[in-house]
Amino acid sequence: MERTAIRRRLTWQVGTVTDVRRETETARTIVLEVPDWPGHLAGQHLDVRLTAPDGYRASRSYSIASAWSGSDSSTIELTVEQVPDGEVSPYLVDVINVGDPLEIRGPVGGWFVWKPEQDGPVQLIGGGSGVVPLRAMLRSHASAGSTTPFRLLYSVRRPESVIYVSDLKELASSDDVDVRLVYTRDAPAGEPRVGRIDADVISQYAFKPEDGATTYVCGPTPFVETVADLLVAAGHDPARVRTERFGPTGDSR
Amino acid sequence: MGIVSPGFTGRRRSGTELPPGQYLTREFPVLSAGPTPHVLPEHWEFTVTSETGEKYKWDWAALMALPAEEITKDIHCVTRWSKLETTWKGVSLDTLLADVETGADYAMAHSYGGYTTNVPMDDLLDGQSWIAYEYDGEPLDPEHGGPARLLVPHLYFWKSAKWVRGLVLSDTEDLGFWETAGYHEYGDPWKEQRYAGD
Repeated sequence: MERTAIRRRLTWQVGTVTDVRRETETARTIVLEVPDWPGHLAGQHLDVRLTAPDGYRASRSYSIASAWSGSDSSTIELTVEQVPDGEVSPYLVDVINVGDPLEIRGPVGGWFVWKPEQDGPVQLIGGGSGVVPLRAMLRSHASAGSTTPFRLLYSVRRPESVIYVSDLKELASSDDVDVRLVYTRDAPAGEPRVGRIDADVISQYAFKPEDGATTYVCGPTPFVETVADLLVAAGHDPARVRTERFGPTGDSR
Repeated sequence: MGIVSPGFTGRRRSGTELPPGQYLTREFPVLSAGPTPHVLPEHWEFTVTSETGEKYKWDWAALMALPAEEITKDIHCVTRWSKLETTWKGVSLDTLLADVETGADYAMAHSYGGYTTNVPMDDLLDGQSWIAYEYDGEPLDPEHGGPARLLVPHLYFWKSAKWVRGLVLSDTEDLGFWETAGYHEYGDPWKEQRYAGD
């Protein structure tokens, strides 16, 4: 496996919310101004820390949704999906407002990242809010003016579940980016297929093993397990499949 | 130091003491960097390589022939979930390393699929670590590291390498996969050693 040395001490920083955007019924994007932001790679995440008036604290990790556009940039975006019965996500989705402070530390992670100088085409496969770090990669691709072929396969329950609707339309207008949505519950008019990503979808819409693509898969654990297994079964080199899983496995053991 | 988050009250828990920054789960989430390797027990092999290059090997039958222990431990993942009183079956590293001639201070665990993680020898011996092959009374699922994983429950769970295939012992400390990517070299959950420099 490739090694990327990113070792330095991470300290907590206070950012300020400068904008919020409702993405879906359960997801919201928060735009943060972080004066001393050191920059990040597309795909990295950060920790958010909330503090109650009595000093009680709770922290969680979230993928960064935006690309870093250079040394003069101190703006980052997080997109948070509300977890049923969650402790931190409901605050970020429904409570925090423009002008509020938010403590963060990051960026973290040196594996599930894409760099513009990286060789070979890129296959992105996201399930639900697993699209967040993939959107950062697409944004990074656009802002770097990269001509590396990118494909996004994005699995959602229904049209209303799509995060970044207008953004994806804009990104898909690039000759180098192909966006394909897969609907698992309800499809929009004109889209006959309803169902999860399967071997047919992979063989029809993903890069072929001989294309030498690096594939990034992010989503709930059962989604990532299924997709990564399909890719390996289709002949993709496991060393070129990078994954990020979140949430429970679907069973309790 | 720090700030107050306007409108945040949080959800306090009483009773169980968890390491700082952790929350309790009854699920068993998964953290892996790539596809899950599917290694059949009959193809599984575990190799300890000493600092002089000497190799000690066990196949599945040899592992099964060693005395096993029932282990009940709390586990803590760096992604902030903790799971209490998980039950495992496996062979103590004390047993596996009993006849290995070594004075090494460090070990690098290697896994099928290419994953690595570094652990000091002092944390592998004296009843602190195992090669585990059963979880909750059943063979260990591939997505949780089956057929066998390293179990070092007193450190963050990324140290408990899934799909373990060997240990390389050394006099010097090298960094493994997540450690190279910015995670702490030791990973004590009670000291909240999540990232480099914590």
